[in-house]
Amino acid sequence: MAYKPELDIDISLVEAILDRIEQARQVSSSPEVADAHQGRVSSSPQVADARRVGGAAGGKVSGDDLIPILQEIQEAYGYLPRPVLDRVSERTGIPASRMYGVITFYDQFYLEPHGKHNVRCCRGTACHVSGGKKVINSVKSALGIEDGETTGDMLFSMETVTCLGACALSPVMVVDNTYHGRMSARRAEQVLQQLKVEEG
Amino acid sequence: MADKKINSITDLQQLSQTLLDKQKEYKIRVLICMTGCRALGAKDISTKFKQSLKEQKLDNQVIVIETGCIGICAKAPTILIEPFDFLYGSVTPDDVDEIIETTIKNSKPVEKLAVSQNGEKTANINEVEFYKKQKKIVLEKCGRIDPTKIEDAIATGGYLTAVEMLNGKKPQDIIDEMTASGLRGRGGAGFPAGVKWNFCRQAQGDEKYLICNADEGDPGAFMDRAILEGDPHKVIEGMIIAAYAIGATQGFIYVRAEYPIAVEHINIALDQARQLGLLGENIAGSDFNFDIEVRMGAGAFVCGEETALIASLEGQRGMPRPRPPFPAHKGYLDKPTNINNVETLANVPLIIKNGAKWYSDIGTEKSKGTKIFALAGKVNNTGLVEVPMGTTLRQIIFDIGGGVSDGRNFKAAQIGGPSGGCIPAEFLDHEIDYDSVEQLGAIMGSGGLIVTDDRTCMVDLARYFLEFVQSESCGKCTPCRVGTKKMLEILNNICDGNAKPGDLNELEELANTIKKASLCGLGQTAPNPVLSTLRHFRDEYTAHVEQHKCPAGICKELTTFVISAEKCKACGKCIDVCPTEAITGEKKTPHVIIQEKCVTCGACRDVCPFDAVDTE
Repeated sequence: MAYKPELDIDISLVEAILDRIEQARQVSSSPEVADAHQGRVSSSPQVADARRVGGAAGGKVSGDDLIPILQEIQEAYGYLPRPVLDRVSERTGIPASRMYGVITFYDQFYLEPHGKHNVRCCRGTACHVSGGKKVINSVKSALGIEDGETTGDMLFSMETVTCLGACALSPVMVVDNTYHGRMSARRAEQVLQQLKVEEG
Repeated sequence: MADKKINSITDLQQLSQTLLDKQKEYKIRVLICMTGCRALGAKDISTKFKQSLKEQKLDNQVIVIETGCIGICAKAPTILIEPFDFLYGSVTPDDVDEIIETTIKNSKPVEKLAVSQNGEKTANINEVEFYKKQKKIVLEKCGRIDPTKIEDAIATGGYLTAVEMLNGKKPQDIIDEMTASGLRGRGGAGFPAGVKWNFCRQAQGDEKYLICNADEGDPGAFMDRAILEGDPHKVIEGMIIAAYAIGATQGFIYVRAEYPIAVEHINIALDQARQLGLLGENIAGSDFNFDIEVRMGAGAFVCGEETALIASLEGQRGMPRPRPPFPAHKGYLDKPTNINNVETLANVPLIIKNGAKWYSDIGTEKSKGTKIFALAGKVNNTGLVEVPMGTTLRQIIFDIGGGVSDGRNFKAAQIGGPSGGCIPAEFLDHEIDYDSVEQLGAIMGSGGLIVTDDRTCMVDLARYFLEFVQSESCGKCTPCRVGTKKMLEILNNICDGNAKPGDLNELEELANTIKKASLCGLGQTAPNPVLSTLRHFRDEYTAHVEQHKCPAGICKELTTFVISAEKCKACGKCIDVCPTEAITGEKKTPHVIIQEKCVTCGACRDVCPFDAVDTE
């Protein structure tokens, strides 16, 4: 992948995430967190972080926590921008190569920015036998993009997912966090048309 | 509000009683499914109910409860009204006032919302065929309680069994009870749970881990999602018992990120259990410490395999490793680790509470207890079904499931997802358990059961699964990485009309090699969908290869649609729906497909009410 400098990335978001984690690492050597590791309950968010970040690894930030950290960063940025990953590598010592290995293995990490609206079409078995492919094709043609792509105006991304677990309502499409059950090619088109109108 | 820490079993019993009394202050409970049914507008119904009850000053007698899955998803959105046990389906907010008037004020059923079966409307849930033949033990509370309130779980006896165990029961006795119950792992392979626990208990190690595998990746399976969404406390209670039995102090729930409601509910449940002292240090005043952390998957099917799951928990690419050493000896962070599936853990409190004898009386000789199936595909009553092991497919699909949808003919039941296979009509009366399913070339898997009809192409279905495992293969071992790719190539050729003689033999040979040589369960079972369809539906493969025809009319290159002049009533529906304007015809004259324009999408066939569109 060619390196594209991304100028408008707000690096402070990741700094804040890492600050919080590092702070938690310091807290994690305190008696309070030592207790927390043994299961004592505490409502302190720092302790909760320390438990989450270092719980099993003896209070140190390590590669063990890479996936939850990446998930948090993606939550903040919408995807995993390269400058942000470089910063994580610098501050944690986790090699960028190791991070990229993990990121490219899992379907739900994105290295490219995503559209404002995320359209996910299920290609699970129940959806497949109930005509899910027709819904997928109709979404692709309505948005003019393929699986995993984003529209030029950055309004829509579409992806297919293995199973959303709503098989009894197949075929299923999820737009942002709204589930649409018993879809047909035509209804899928209508849902997207509605959104396009709302976006002007 | 229950906020005082529980320090003894008496505390818990008292709290349970107080909460139960409090529940009785409400004469009527309106239970609204807020999980799957949310996709079809359940939230609006709930809002309308609360508003109308308040306006009519009934909100001190009637409580609206947002529940987990009630089961019969086909009738979504569904609501259930206690104490009458009236079940209403396909409810809209406009129906709410009538329900309040008829049922809440006058205790009578609203006939038009009752579920209909064999042409008759039945309002009482206990008389609906879909529920009558089920045995709900794991799903007993699912759809009957508010999963976001620990009070509901405790009022119905939740955590009592676990707390009893922590107060004096020997861990080895619990394990022996589990082994005697005959519970087999519900994740798919069916290994005896008690034996697995014992391995971990016996393993040397200062720290041990317990993992709940909620990475329900099989497309077509959603029972674990339903349990976590509808009764998360049952899973937590099962985990406490399991952790105590094997000697673990830290637990994980590894859950798919595709299940946002399950993630939300389990996190709420964990917080509530911690606040009450049911998780953490000195659980309920005992000297046992245990806590649970939720980890979300990042979209990799192979992470359902236990060694891949552990790699993922450790922040690695989710790739499996050879076993032995088994996780019981060398698991998470190389420490002894026990991994059980959600449904397995949800069975634990029931077995310990009621005893191994009670449990082993349910089911068949070698498969005990019940099994939850996710019934979907071409069946009338799609939904969540819990039946004793040994129930026949006919009972599940026809008695409970109400038969094949649109009045079409049953072709096969696909069981076990991408690791499973298709069971044809001739075996509808076989009793279903771990061993019988395997003899038929499928596997129990996690319990996805997809019904197919005469318009499902079995070659296309096999290709679908191959496509799936091919894209999910982690790439570590060659048989799976390269072998599934070659199999998929052959299947694509068959479906596209480019098959060569000998392709079927090559497919079989490859399949058997991949089965034997792959590293993990994903590869070892990847050929099953192909092998089972070759075994039971070889004719369909030969039709594709030799006659270049797809009998089901699914494979586009091998299909020509024609309209039967005798059956066509010239209604024009197909003309409206055709995306390429390939159908011509006037009123009262049978319609005709212009083959040059037809893209064989099948939209006309789907929409035709007279079954007039056929394959040539």
